[in-house]
This record gives sequence, C-alpha cells and structure tokens, in this order.
Amino acid sequence: MLRFDHVTYTYPGAEQPSLRGVDLQIREGEICLVAGLTGQGKSTLLAAACGLVPHFFGGEISGRVSVAGLDTRSHGPGEIGAHVGALFQDPESQLVMSSVRAEIELPLRSRGANPLSVARAVEEVALALGIEHLLSRRTAELSGGEKQKVALAAALAGRPRLVLLDEPTSQLDPVAGDELIGLLSRLNDEWETTILIAEHRLERCLKAADRAIAVEGGRVAWDGDPASLLEWAATHCVSLETPGARLLRLLDLKPPPRSVRAARNTLRAAGMLPAATPENRQLRSHARAGGALKRWRVPLPLRAQSSGEPMLAFRNVWHELKGGAAILRGVTLRFEAGETVALMGRNGAGKSTLLRHAAGLMKPTRGRIEAAGPVSLLLQNPTDYFLRDTVAAEASEQALSAASLLHLKDRHPRDLSGGERERLALAIVSPPARRQSVLALDEPTRGMDRASKAALAVECRSRAREGQTVIVATHDPEFAAACAERVILLADGEVIADGQSSELLAGGWYFATETARILGGLSGALLPEQGAEAVRRAGAGEIAA
Amino acid sequence: MRSALLYRPIASPLHSTRAVVGTLWLACLGAAALILDHPLALSTILLVILATALMSGLSSQMRGVLRLIAMVALPIVFVNVLVSREGLTVFARLGDLGPFGQGDLTVEALVYGVVFALKVSIFILLGVLGSLAIDPDELIARAMGLSFRSALTASVAIRMLPLLAADAQRFADAQRTRQEMPSRGSMRRRALLLGASFSSALDRSLDIAATLELRGFCSAKRAAGRRRPLSRHDISFSVSALAILALALLGTLAHPLSFQAYPLIHMPISAATVALCAAIALAALLPLLDRRGLIDGGRGLIGHSGLVQ
Repeated sequence: MLRFDHVTYTYPGAEQPSLRGVDLQIREGEICLVAGLTGQGKSTLLAAACGLVPHFFGGEISGRVSVAGLDTRSHGPGEIGAHVGALFQDPESQLVMSSVRAEIELPLRSRGANPLSVARAVEEVALALGIEHLLSRRTAELSGGEKQKVALAAALAGRPRLVLLDEPTSQLDPVAGDELIGLLSRLNDEWETTILIAEHRLERCLKAADRAIAVEGGRVAWDGDPASLLEWAATHCVSLETPGARLLRLLDLKPPPRSVRAARNTLRAAGMLPAATPENRQLRSHARAGGALKRWRVPLPLRAQSSGEPMLAFRNVWHELKGGAAILRGVTLRFEAGETVALMGRNGAGKSTLLRHAAGLMKPTRGRIEAAGPVSLLLQNPTDYFLRDTVAAEASEQALSAASLLHLKDRHPRDLSGGERERLALAIVSPPARRQSVLALDEPTRGMDRASKAALAVECRSRAREGQTVIVATHDPEFAAACAERVILLADGEVIADGQSSELLAGGWYFATETARILGGLSGALLPEQGAEAVRRAGAGEIAA
Repeated sequence: MRSALLYRPIASPLHSTRAVVGTLWLACLGAAALILDHPLALSTILLVILATALMSGLSSQMRGVLRLIAMVALPIVFVNVLVSREGLTVFARLGDLGPFGQGDLTVEALVYGVVFALKVSIFILLGVLGSLAIDPDELIARAMGLSFRSALTASVAIRMLPLLAADAQRFADAQRTRQEMPSRGSMRRRALLLGASFSSALDRSLDIAATLELRGFCSAKRAAGRRRPLSRHDISFSVSALAILALALLGTLAHPLSFQAYPLIHMPISAATVALCAAIALAALLPLLDRRGLIDGGRGLIGHSGLVQ
C-alpha cells in the first residue's frame, strides 16, 4: 500500500535532512502507529506519504515513495489524494468550505464524481461517523471535536485506501480523542482501510494498532508490534513509554502493557493486584470515595503556606452571552499563593473563559473577581505572542536563560519545536524580572511530546515553590497529575468538583491518569512512580484484606 | 468568532429557497428599486425588505444595519439639499456663497435627496439580506459547473473571512497579555503587529493550501451539480420575483408610479399608485407566509427524520 525506498528528504533552506534513508513498507489493512518525539520526522514522513513532500513543500528528495502503486515523484498530491485521505492536527486549517455538506462533497466533486454518487457518499460517510446531524451546519460554528470529525469525513468520503493522521487528537478532550480512535478502528474493521497514525499519546492508540514504528532523527529507529515498541522505548527512548509501561517497568514486570486491562492482568499474575471480584471492585470504589485506603496515600509535593488572603478569588462569577447561553454559572473559587491548580472538563466547559476572566480579558456579567496583583495568562497558541524575527529579540537574556532557550537565541521563533515555543511564550508573558503573582496557562501541552510536558510540569512546580499561583487549563490528566496538587472540574460553566488531584484524578474514567485506572485508584497514586511505591507498600495480600 | 452578517441556516421560507432563486428574488427587488423613482414605491420596497428580515428571523442583525443606513442616508439628503441648484420651490435662502453662487435650498432638492437616500438604503439592505439568507456555498456549487477553481477560490475566501477574524482576535488577546510591548499607538508597535499578523495569515494560508492540494484542487475537473426537484418555496419565490419585476415595469410605463423631482415635483398619488404599491408588497410578501416544508438549520426538513436539501 505504501512503500518508502531509501528516502532522504531535506526541506528548502534546512541544513539537516528531516528523513534519512527511510525504508518502510505498510501493508494493506494495517493500522500502523508512528511514534517519536517532536521534530524527529513523523509529520514529514506523513507528508511524503501523501505527496506534499516534495510537491508542495519543495526541497531535495532522493529515493522513492510509492502509494497505491503511484510514484510520488511523478504524481502530485491531487492524484495521490484519490487514494489517500489525510487528517492533521489543526482542524481549522483543514476546512475550506463554509458548510459541512460542501466540505465533504469537495474532494469528490473536484475529481469530477457524478452528482448522485457524491450525494450517496456524503450520506454514507456522515452516517458512518455519526455526523449526519451536522450536514447543514456552518463549519465556523462547530466545536473542535466536530471540526475534526468533519475533516475526517472529507478525507474518507472518497473511500481512500490509505488514511494518514498526524496527531489527530492533540486538540481534543479525552472523550473526543477516544471517540476518534474508536472510529478509526471501526473503519479499519469495516472497510479494511490502511491507517498510518502519528500520535504522542501512545496509550490512546496502542491497543488499536497492529504495528508500530518509532522515528528518531529522521530514521525508522524501530519497527515491530506495538507491545515490543514499549520494550524498545524502555531502553532507547524513555519519553515514549506509556504510564502503564513505566509503572510495570518500575515493578520489574513484563511485558509492557498495551492497555489498562493488560497491565492489570500482569499485576494480578504477579500477585500485586487482587483479582477482579465484586468485593474488590467495591473496595476500590470505597477507596475512590476517600475511604479506608487513604492511609496509603503517597505524599504529594507540599505547597507554600498561604498568608490568609487569596491571590485570586472568584465570587459568584457569571458570564452570560447577549442573546445566548451562560458560559460561567455562579463560579466561586479561591486560589492561594504557591498553589498549582489544574482546571479540567470537556471542550466548552468554561475553562478558557474562566482564565480569561482572571486575566481581565473578559468581564463578568455578574459577580466579581479579586486578585492580589496582575495575572499573567498564556493563551493556547504560543505563536500568537511572536512579533520579532529572532528568539533573542522576543525576550531578555535572563528570561531566555531561565527558559533554557539561550542556545536558540538566533533562531526564528516560528522555527522552534512545540515545547520550545511554549517556553518562549512563557518567557514573554511571565519573565523572571517581572513575574506576576498568578500565572494562568490555557492548554499549554497541545502537540507536545511527553518530555516537553514533563519539563513544563517541573517549571510549573518550581514557580509554585517560589510563591507564584499556577493555574493550568488542560485536557491531559497525566500532565495535570504531574504539575497540579489541586484539580477543579468544570461542566457547563459550573464547578462540579474541587479537591486534591490524588482524589479527583484517581477515581474517574476520562479524567483519570492511566496509573490510577490500572490500580483502580489505589492510595490516590496518579503517576507511575507513585503507583509503584503504593503497590510495593500495600502488597497484594494487604489490599485483598 | 462568528461575524454577525454571515449566512446561517434558519427555518424560514427565504432560507428554504434554493440560493439561485433567492438571489433572483432579491435581484428583482433591486431592479424594481432601480426602475422606480416614486417615493411611495421606494418606501414600499424598503418596508418589504424589513418585513422579510423580520419574517426570516433576521431582525436583530438588521437593527445594527439600520444604524449604518441612518449614517449614510442622512448625509445624502443633507448634501443634496446644499449642492443642488435645481428646483424652483425655495424654502430657505443662505445668501451669496461666493464661488458656489446663491445658497437657495429647495424642496425639490430635498425630495430628490430623500429618493436617492431611499435607493441607497434599499441596496444596502438587499446586500445584507442576501449575505444573511442566501447560502454562499450553494451559489458556489452552482458556479462550480462553470469554473470549478474560480468558484472554489471564492468559497475559500468566504471561509477565510471569519477564520482570519478569529485569528486576529486571538492575536490581539495574546498581545494584551504580554508584559513588555512598545507603547500603545506607537509606529513601532503597529509595524510589529502588522508584520506578525501578516506572518500568521501566511501560515494559515499555507495550511489551507496544503489541504486544498490533497482535496484535488490541482487536478480539478468540471463538476456537475446535483439536480434537485423544485420545492414549493422555489416556485413561489420565482413567481414572486417575476411579479415584482412586471409590476415595477407596469408602474413606470403606465405612469401611475412616474416621478420627476426637477424643476417642480411631479409625484402623482392616485388609487392606481396605491394599488400598484400594495400589489408589489403583496407579491413580495406572500411567499413568506407559506411556512410549510421549511428546511431547518441542522435537522433537515422539519417534521421528517431524514435529511432533505
């Protein structure tokens, strides 16, 4: 279906090739996961597979890529697009028409399909993806998840034999992300569509994948079955490890798990987790509710003592749209100095609106907000902050040094990787010399690999230790667990839960870390290190008792 | 972010009409406003447009446009009274204005100013009504049969408007949260913002271009449109459009709606004048009263489970 023969590719003006001697063969009907850290060549690999490299981006290419029998040197993306559907990170950039129906019709009409077959294909793909109710809607009015589904429908309308997906869930909440992966799995089952998916959150895709490859420095560093990828990652690239695999490695257990169930089975086989009997399920529910197992709680990093007055307080804050819905409904919250807080909730729950109110970008229609000082806010897209041609011109040397970006000072800010862009934007918004008392970050981990997320979590905790209050709106429970000691869950503009992360992220389904789901909320352990410690301390017999 | 003056599907007869017929209907109202000069006829057309907006669920958007119309129409009347040297019925004398001659303000100039302002207002309102009630994608889909790439380019341009507006809003918000910026209003700040906005728009354009490549823009073939049966609204609005045009021509040729501003006002108001104006209003508004078989925003034909378009 897809074949790379010794492919080396260099972008125009780049010093180093982005793909180096890639040899790869993807068979018909496979779901292949492409893993790798940011900037290692995953997106370039996918761009080469659909002909955008070199036809659209230019540059120098050697070797041969053939897709469905078409050589990309002699066939452009338009021709290859008849056999290949592609879905990328940003849904906004993938919708070109004003209405959903026109969007799905476009690839078929552009290839001269007859009107009746276009109409039938639109109906079928809409029903297959469960978006038939969106067909008459305007694309500009859809939510992020809906836009991503519509873009997927447009990619699938022509029944392509190969579908390429570049971090398709990075901008989706956990519910929409899981739904998308489920849809892909179903399409593969029904139509035997070959799927090549690049994704940072491997735990989300591993169980659906038949095969996995790891890309490192533009090369295919590893190629095999998904479970073995985790074994390879444990020794070669720890940042690719899933939380479940890390938990089991810390407990010296093998094989690394592809799913939560596989991890539990391995733990049970080793006698470290009780069997899934109704009594034990009841015990775990009791633990989630803050019951008897609390005594095994792993201590989380302590925050600085509050001085009494909050750094930021929301008092019965409402935000009601003129002629529309209420985005915030009577929110009352208090944030202390040195606290790290994660705001969670599905898309449209009101997280971003809450942060915008804190920073004064929006005014409440009722209620009031009190802040001890100005609030720094880092919005979702870090490139919106870049005005100048070099990193050095964007922030002071001291700020760049604190953000570990001094070695990149001569680079253009837009050429930085996702994690580096986020750090630069943070240096611009909250430089060390003028650090505000409250720092708010809106979805800072979108498109970031695990290593960059870990570095950002360390930065957040270090700022909290210095007394800054850090509030992060995120969909990522792993990141929330790594950086926040308190979690606030929002739904429809209301606070529906507010408590310690060890309680809130241990007892959920969507808003829970993988470690917590594997251990069933044991001891409030959220991260693999905490989980391994909790399992060792508790012991299987003690839990069963 | 959504612009207030962009098309949204609403369950109304005008929205349920196919785009070509809706455009024809609006064009006939515009042609009538071009043909006719009689203030009563123009006022009728203006009221018909406002009633259409009200019956199509667009009154709130139209309220904002009326403010703009007042800002355009009043200066037209004022300037015409000041600069027109035609007309014989003087209602105020400003004396000798040097190179501009005698400053005599006439009733004829005032009335002609009102007629001209009415025509301008009608065209603004028709433009707004068209952008709110006519689906641009459907129009473009029709045009795709003639020139696929031109039609697609037009569609992308329409899509890019709210997208770039949203990008600009996001960009502005990001700048408001920056710690260090050159002082507000300075040339350097403006140049920086302009450059960065331009880069951002280019990035967005590049992404959209890549998507278009994959959707087959380069290998585009002429696309045939899907034939749909005429709905009851398509038929009634087509008949209405032709009736409006015929009545406007009749009014001009048979003189009950003839009008002359200079040198003295000739504005007959007879039973025939009133009857023709009423007939125009009736012909235009009748199709809006038929509320069967409406197509609703996201749910297809109201009262049916399947999608119909």
